[in-house]
Order: sequence, then structure tokens, then C-alpha cells
Amino acid sequence: MEEIRIKNAFPTQETAEQRGTWTELGDYFRRQSIWMLMYCTGCCAIELPQAMTTVYDMERLGMGPMATPRQADVLLITGYLSLKTLRRLIYSYEQMSEPKYIAAFGPCVLNGGIYHDSHAVLNRLDDYLPVDVYVGGCMPNPESVMNGFVDLMNLIKDGKATGWKRYRDNHEWYRANQIAAVGEVFVHDEFHE
Amino acid sequence: MILGILAGLGIALFGFTLQSSVAGINRKVVARVQKRYGPPWYQEFLDIFKGLSKRGVTHGWIFDFGVIMAVGGIIATAMFMPITSNIAAFSGLDNFFIFVYLLAVGMLGMAMSASGSGNPLASIGVMRALTQMFAYEVPFLVIVMTIIKVTGTSSLVEIMAYQGQNGWFMWTMPLGFVVASISLLGMLGKKPFETFIAPAELASGPMVEYGGKHLGLLFIMMEISHFIEVSLFVHLFLGGATTIVGYLIKYFLVYTAANLYSYLNGRFKIDQVVVFFYKWILPLAVLQAVWVLWR
Repeated sequence: MEEIRIKNAFPTQETAEQRGTWTELGDYFRRQSIWMLMYCTGCCAIELPQAMTTVYDMERLGMGPMATPRQADVLLITGYLSLKTLRRLIYSYEQMSEPKYIAAFGPCVLNGGIYHDSHAVLNRLDDYLPVDVYVGGCMPNPESVMNGFVDLMNLIKDGKATGWKRYRDNHEWYRANQIAAVGEVFVHDEFHE
Repeated sequence: MILGILAGLGIALFGFTLQSSVAGINRKVVARVQKRYGPPWYQEFLDIFKGLSKRGVTHGWIFDFGVIMAVGGIIATAMFMPITSNIAAFSGLDNFFIFVYLLAVGMLGMAMSASGSGNPLASIGVMRALTQMFAYEVPFLVIVMTIIKVTGTSSLVEIMAYQGQNGWFMWTMPLGFVVASISLLGMLGKKPFETFIAPAELASGPMVEYGGKHLGLLFIMMEISHFIEVSLFVHLFLGGATTIVGYLIKYFLVYTAANLYSYLNGRFKIDQVVVFFYKWILPLAVLQAVWVLWR
């Protein structure tokens, strides 16, 4: 089997002039109003309610939970990535409208964390979907969560949150990895088949 | 004529700006009630322009066309809305029935577009929205018909003038005011009657497949339709306004009261909404009509 090479792992940094006024203006709105799609499979999800409610109040950054992938801007992957969730995750991510971002929580998405030797857990999320910001800690406390979101806002401001471009440019490579992991990416419609 | 159309577009823009600002301030108010800091007051504008700055996914031309029809229909409705008794784009064309008929164009555009997305949750949401409309429109129209019978006119400006002389309908028709307030919650989709949006149940109902530009346009449509509904309420029951400051104060108070009340409630099921309106609110409306007309 021929190995597919990653073409453009790190898209070149564009300066503010190269991005243009409209992109700058769009980035201003996009970083002030980040709507989340929470993919709460792992234990890190338990820290999100604290970040959302009275004490830390995520809404002051303009963030809020959204009901469907179409409406969301950032996909939160909170915790370990099992084989069965990956297919749904890809499906959700590909439904989101561009520009879209991914925030990954905890060490499990980096190297498998405490589940690294499980047969059901994939160890490195970045092989399958492009991650823009990692939030450290097992589990990350609400301060870290809020800090991660501020980091994401700064990345958008500097034009560095380019995961969705990376996914588009290297789609072949990502898709080969996905198929190697889960067999087929298509999610079957149990109601109509 | 052209000046009138420009003035009408100005009123629609004014309504959009006003409602977005008031909704943003209300997000802050609710946050303070919940002991949070809250987003800035212009957050609604950021959300809408963010939506417009993203790429939308289309599901066929009906999906696109319906969104444009919804926004256009709502802007056309808002053009006829008098702000105060002096400020109106088309004087003499502020008949109540214009709003009843033209508001349906925007709503039907949204219904068509949502059904065009092919998502079953969107179809359920549209069906619920129409069912709920059947529930709250009947008592609301009974009260408005009573007002039209009492004043002898269906022009909003003349109804305002009548209230200026004979007292607000809020005081002279207290039961009708209660009916209209509850109907207003239904129109705005606020919480006891949030059945068609229901984020946890229907994944935001009709809006389930919208993203990016489509969602931005739909939010603009929602803001302007809220402006129309709250303005109608202010003009019909709170005596309208002669100055713009009075209008702004009344508008803000009505919307904030509705919004704060909605945060005290859970959500009705759709059959509970219909039964509630027909069993309790409709008799109240009829009682008010009988009381006023044959006392």
C-alpha cells in the first residue's frame, strides 16, 4: 500500500495584511462569539458545567452551548477517544460550517492518558481530526478550561487557528488514518435502512 | 413613495437595532439575576455578524429561498409599524390586519425553508410552531377584536389616540391584558411556550439545519419579528407613545418583564400548550369581551 504523505502540516503564517480587512473583521466577530458543540464522552466533561455557571461564567466571553453541529463553531472533545465515538465525531465535525475549531481536553487526546493501553481507545486525536487548542490537566479544572478558551480566542486573533484549513488541505491523509482506525467513516442511518 | 419605502426600511433597521440591543441588555440582566457577570450588551450583534461571516451549507434552493423570503417578509411587515403616534413610514397604512397578514409571509418562508432542509426535527419544530400559533392567536384575536369594536377603528395610531383620552387598555381591560401578556410569551417563544425551539428535545427545532449565513439571516428575522410583536403589544395595551423616549421605556419594560418571567418557568408540552390556551385563556378572553361590550 502506498503511503500517503501529509502535504501541508503547518500552513504558513499569514500576516494581517495578507489576510485582508474582511478576514480580520470576520475574525473579530468569530472570536467574540464562539458557540460550542460539546462532545461529552470522557470525564473532562464534568468540568464544563462549573465553567459555564455562576463562578466562571463562560458567557462573558460570548460563549454558549449550541444544539447542533451546523450552528456550532468549536467542537469540544472532552476526554478519551474510543473507536466507536471517533466515527460520530468525524461525522459531527464535517457537518460544522467553516471556519470551525476543535478544543481537546485532557491528556487522553494527546497520548491516550491512563487508557493508553486499552484496545478500545485511540491514543492520538490529531491523527484523525485537526486540533486547534489543547487544555491540560486530568481533569482540567475550570480555570484551565477558561484559559484554554482565551487561548483559542487569541489564536483566532493571530490567524493561527487554521485546523479547518489543515483538514481541507490534507483530507486524503486524515481520511486514510480514519479508515485505518475505524474501517468505514460513514454513519449508518438505522431508521431508514 | 420612494421616500416612504426608504423610511420604512429605516424603521426596519431601527427595529433590528433596538431589539438586538434590548435582547443583549436582557442577557446581561438575566446573568446578574443568576449571579453571573454576563456578556457585553452588544453580544447579539456579534452573534449575528459572526453568523454572516461564516460559510453556510445549503440543502437545495428551497432552503435558500425560504430564508430570503422570511427575512424579506419580516422587513416588509416592520416597514408599516408606527414607532410613535407621529413617526410612521406610511401614515394611514397602520391597520392591525396588515401585520396579521404580512407576518404570516415571513413565518411561512421560515417554515418552507426548514421543511426544505429535510431534517425530521425541523419538520416537527415547524408543526409545533404552527400548532402553537393556532393556540395563542385565537384568544389574542378575540381581545384585539374587542378593542377594535370599542374604539371603532383598526388603525394603531387611532387606537393609541383613543387610549390617550380614555385610559390605557391595560387598565380598562385587565383580563384582556393578562390574556395578551400570555399570548405575547407564546409569540416570542419564551419559556413556558418554548415548545417549538426546545434545544434539549428537538435540537432547536426549525433551526436545526441552519449554520453560518443562513443562521445569521434567520436571527435577523427573529429580532425584527420580536420587534413587531412587542411593538404591537405596546401600542394596543400600553397606550402607545407620543415621544420616542416613552416608546423606548415601554418597549424595554415589556420585553424585560417577558424575558424575566420566562426564566421562572419550565417548558410545556405542545398538547399542554393547546389545552392551556383553549381551556383557560380563551374563556378569559371571551369573558373580557362580554364584560366590555355588554356591560
